[in-house]
Amino acid sequence: MTKADLIDELAKVSNLTKKESETIVSTVFDNITDALAKGDKVELRGFGSFRIRQRNARKGRNPKTGTSVSVPEKRVPFFKVGKRLRELVNA
Amino acid sequence: MIPLTKNDLINAVAAHGLSKRQSASVVESVFDIISRCFERGEDVKIVGFGHFRIRKKASRRGRNPQTGSSIEISARKVLTFKPSKGLKLRINQ
Repeated sequence: MTKADLIDELAKVSNLTKKESETIVSTVFDNITDALAKGDKVELRGFGSFRIRQRNARKGRNPKTGTSVSVPEKRVPFFKVGKRLRELVNA
Repeated sequence: MIPLTKNDLINAVAAHGLSKRQSASVVESVFDIISRCFERGEDVKIVGFGHFRIRKKASRRGRNPQTGSSIEISARKVLTFKPSKGLKLRINQ
């Protein structure tokens, strides 16, 4: 399923126009993104939680040339599946 | 640090002119639709956000770390999230 499919499906089940559904789906993911960008955690009951993990700077290697490069520290988004969803996936 | 919750998402949706009740039902629907996809074993790809994938794990032998006894870990499906490039960039800005 893609974002476009999600928008279509939402329009169908909630009696909204496609345009309205698109605004809503975008609002949802934009707000999650903004919260993560601020470093906040996102908790969605029954679904899961998103948070930021810190990766330290490290020495890496260019696998093609073998030269040593330094990889700067960075932040990566991390999703932890909620209990209900985890059970649903395995049902 | 206060986490963002479904309630915050509902308020953000309501800001677009929907009633609070309507917003709550619509936000719930978004996650319901996605969850039902996972239930069917289907992946979900949100452009600019990330890709949720169902991965099948084969059964394997594991160990109970407390007792050291060998146990069978059954085959299972797990959900993984791969953030898109856009999301990773936003996070590191």
